[in-house]
Amino acid sequence: MTARDRGRVLAAAGLTLLLAWLVLYPILLVGVDAAHGDAIAAFARRPGEWQALWASVWISLASVALAAAIGIPLAFLFEWLEFPGRKTLGSLIALPAVLPPFVGVIAFLFLYGESGFVARAVQQLLGLAEPPWRLQGAGAILLVHAYSMYVYFYLFTRAGLAKLDASMLEAAQALGAGPWATLRRVTLPLLRPSLAGAALLVFMTALGSFSAPYVFGGGFRVMTTQIVASKLNGELALATVETVALALVAIVALALIRRTEGSDVLFALGKGIAPRRRQLRRPAVRGLAAAAGWLFAFVLLLPHLTLLLVSLVPYGTWTTETLPPQVSLVNYQRLLAEPDRLAPLLNSLWMAAASTAAAIAIALAVGALVRRRLPWRWRSPIETLIALPWALPGTVFAIALAATFAVHEPLALRWVLVGTVVLLPLAYVVRNLPLTGRAVLAGFGQIDPALEEAAASLGAGRWTAFRRVTLPLLKPALMAGGSLAFVAALGDFVTSIVLYTYDNRPISIEIMSSLRVNEIGVAAAFGVILMLVSAAVLSVGARR
Amino acid sequence: MTAFLALAGVAKRWAHEVTVGPVTLDIARGEFVALLGPSGSGKTTLLRLLAGFETPDAGSVQVEGEEVTRLPPARRRFGMVFQHYALFPHLDVGANVAFGLPKTGAERRVAAALALVDLAGFERRRVQELSGGQQQRVALARALAPEPRVLLLDEPLSNLDPTLRERTRRELRALIKRLGITTLFVTHEQDEAFDLGDRIAVLSRGRVEQVGTADVLYEQPATLFVATFVGRANVLRGAPAQALGAANGQVLVVRPERLRFGAKGLAGVVRERRYTGAAAFFQVETEGGERLEVLAAPDAARVGERVHLEAVKVLTFAEPR
Repeated sequence: MTARDRGRVLAAAGLTLLLAWLVLYPILLVGVDAAHGDAIAAFARRPGEWQALWASVWISLASVALAAAIGIPLAFLFEWLEFPGRKTLGSLIALPAVLPPFVGVIAFLFLYGESGFVARAVQQLLGLAEPPWRLQGAGAILLVHAYSMYVYFYLFTRAGLAKLDASMLEAAQALGAGPWATLRRVTLPLLRPSLAGAALLVFMTALGSFSAPYVFGGGFRVMTTQIVASKLNGELALATVETVALALVAIVALALIRRTEGSDVLFALGKGIAPRRRQLRRPAVRGLAAAAGWLFAFVLLLPHLTLLLVSLVPYGTWTTETLPPQVSLVNYQRLLAEPDRLAPLLNSLWMAAASTAAAIAIALAVGALVRRRLPWRWRSPIETLIALPWALPGTVFAIALAATFAVHEPLALRWVLVGTVVLLPLAYVVRNLPLTGRAVLAGFGQIDPALEEAAASLGAGRWTAFRRVTLPLLKPALMAGGSLAFVAALGDFVTSIVLYTYDNRPISIEIMSSLRVNEIGVAAAFGVILMLVSAAVLSVGARR
Repeated sequence: MTAFLALAGVAKRWAHEVTVGPVTLDIARGEFVALLGPSGSGKTTLLRLLAGFETPDAGSVQVEGEEVTRLPPARRRFGMVFQHYALFPHLDVGANVAFGLPKTGAERRVAAALALVDLAGFERRRVQELSGGQQQRVALARALAPEPRVLLLDEPLSNLDPTLRERTRRELRALIKRLGITTLFVTHEQDEAFDLGDRIAVLSRGRVEQVGTADVLYEQPATLFVATFVGRANVLRGAPAQALGAANGQVLVVRPERLRFGAKGLAGVVRERRYTGAAAFFQVETEGGERLEVLAAPDAARVGERVHLEAVKVLTFAEPR
C-alpha cells in the first residue's frame, strides 16, 4: 500500500465515522432507548398509537393514488400533445413544488379553510349562517397532499416519456397493437421505473408529512403529529418508541417499492428519439385544451395568490366580507422594522446558508473520495450513510438528535446541544445530505475521468485539477443540489418545531406563533417572503 | 408484371423544404427492393409512409389491390425491422417475438420464428444480454412471426460491425428469398443495395431517380445523380468533357475503369497512386486543373509521369438545372 493509498483510506475512514456519527448514531441510540423501559408496552397497549400508525400508512397510500391520478394524465397531456401555451403552462404546473410545505398548508387554510375565501364566498352566496364546511381531518390532509405531491408524478412521468423511444411504440403498432394495447403493453411497462420512483417519493413525503396533519388534523392523528405531541407532553420515552415505529414503516416501504422499481437498464437499448408531439388540429379542441390548461394553472396558483392577498390585509380590518376592505404594505413594514419579527427571517437565512454549505462540503468530500477509485467496501457504506436521512421522516431525525444531544458524555461523543442554537442547523445538515449528496455524486459521475487525467498531463496538480476542471464542471450539480437544500432548510417546519430555541426560531415557527395570536397578515407576509426567496433560489439553481 | 405492392403518386410535405414524392413504384410479389439514397433523401420517410407511421398528403398505397393508404399501422400486416431494432426491453426474447401473435399457438410460432433466424432456444433470454447481431435477428424474427404481407427493413445492418455485416447480409438475403416475402430495404450503402436488392430504387431529394437492377443503374444511369451516386465516377464539364467526346453544354461522366492511359487524348500528370493489389487507382491532374481517377494495372504509370487519357465508354447528360 503506497502512502497515497493509505491517505485515501484514512480519509475515507474519517469521513465514514463523521457520517456515521451524524446520521446513524442518533438513530441507533433512539432504537436502544426505545428498547429500554416499559414504553414499548405502553405503546402497544394504547389503541390510539396503532390508529395513528395505520393512519400514517393509509394516508400515504391514498396520497400516492391521488397524486398519480392527477400527475400521470397531466404528464401525458403536456408531453404528447401540442397546443397553445403548452410550454408556459407545463412549467407553471410544477409550481406547487416551490411552495414550502408549511407555507402551502397555511395558504390552503386561508383559501379553503372555514374562514377562507372560498368558504366565505359560498357562505355569502347561499346566505348561510355558518361556514359551509370545516377543512379538517383526513380529507383535508389528502387534499393538501394531492395538491403538493402530484408534481412528483408529473415530473417523473414527463421525464420517463421524454426518454421513451418512439420506435418502441411504432414497433408495437407494426405488430398489430392498437393505441390502448400499446399503452398497456409497452408504454406503461417502460415507464415503470419512473412511476415507481415517483410513488416512492410521494409515499415517503406523505409519511413524513407533518405540516398538513398538524394544521388540519384536528382529532385525526398520524404518527408524525403523534410523536411531536408526545415530545411536547414530556413523554420522551413514548416519543422514541413512536419514532422507531415510524422509521420501521419507512424502511419497509422503501424496501417494498424498490423491489417493484425494476431497473433502469430498461432504457439501455433505446437510442431513438422521443415521439413527436401530436398537434391538436381542430380549433375547438385546441381551444378547449388551452382553456383547461389555463384554468388548471389558475387553480394551482390560487393558494399563492391568496397568500399574497392576505399578506396585504392590516390587522383587524377584515371581518366578515368576502374580500378584504383595505390593503396595504403595513405587515411587511412591521416585519422589517420590528427587530423581534426580523430575527426569525435572519435566523432562517443564516441557518439555511450554513447548513447548505456544510452539506455541500461533506458531499464534495464524499464525491472526491468515491471518485478516487476508493475500494468498494468503503464506497458502499459512505453512499448508504449519505442517502439514509432521505429514507426516514424528518420527525425521526429531530427526535433522534434531540435525544442524542441531551446528555454530556464526551467519551460517547455526546454533548448537550439541546437548548443551544447549533442543534437545529446540525439537523438541517443531516436532512440536506441526501439532496446535496445525490446531486454531487451524479455530477461527478457525468465528468469523464479523462478530463482530470488531461489536466494532470498538462501539469496540474491534484488540487489545481480539482479547482480548475472538476469544480467548474460540477457547478450545475452543486447549484442544483445546493438550491434544493437551501430551500428545504429555509422552509423547514418538521425538524424546527422539535429543536428550535428562542434564539434561533426560524420563519416557520414565527408563522405559527403569529397564527396563534391571529396575526394572519404577518403570517402571510412571512409566507410570501419564504415563497419568493425559495422561488428565486430554485430558479438560480436550475440555471445551466 | 402485376404489382403486389403499388405506390401511386405518394407524396408527403412538411413545413418547408422537406418533401417526399410524388413517388410511384410497383413491386412484384416476392421481390426484394432496396431503397438507396444519401441521408435526407427521404428513403426512411418513404418506408414510414408504407408502414403507416406517416400518412401521405397525396397518392395511394395498395397491397394486392387493397387500398391501405389510410389504414393504421396496426392493421396493415406489414412487418418492420427498425434501425435500432426497438426491441422491448421489459420483455424477454420470447415475449418480444410473441408480441404480434395471438395467444393460442404463440409458443410454437415463436419457436419457429426463432429457429428461422438461428436463435432456437433463446426464448427466455433478456434482450439486453444479446449481442448486436443477435438483437438484429430477434428483431427480424419478431417482424416475421405474424407472417406479414410485406417486410420493411430500415437500415437493419447499420449497427453491426463490418465483418458481421457482410455475413448477416448474405444470411438475410437467403432467408428472405427462402420465405419469398416481398421486402423493402432502406440503405445508404451502395454495396448493401447491390448485394441484397433484386431491384434498387435510387432516391434523391424525395424523388425516385431510377429503379433498376444493379448493372442497369451502373451501366445506364438515367440521371447525373444516379451516375455519380452509384459507383465511382469522374465528372467533367466544358473543354475536358468535349475532349473525351461530350457535346457542347453536356456533362460527361466516366468511370475510373473506363479510362486508360494512351498515346493521345486528355493530357495530364499522375499525382498520386493508390495500390489496392490487383489494380491501382491513379489520380491524374489535367492541364485545366481537374483531377481524374483512373483504375488500371498497378504498373500502368508512375507518379509524376505525363500521360494521356482515353475513355473507353462515357455517359453524357444534359446540364441539370
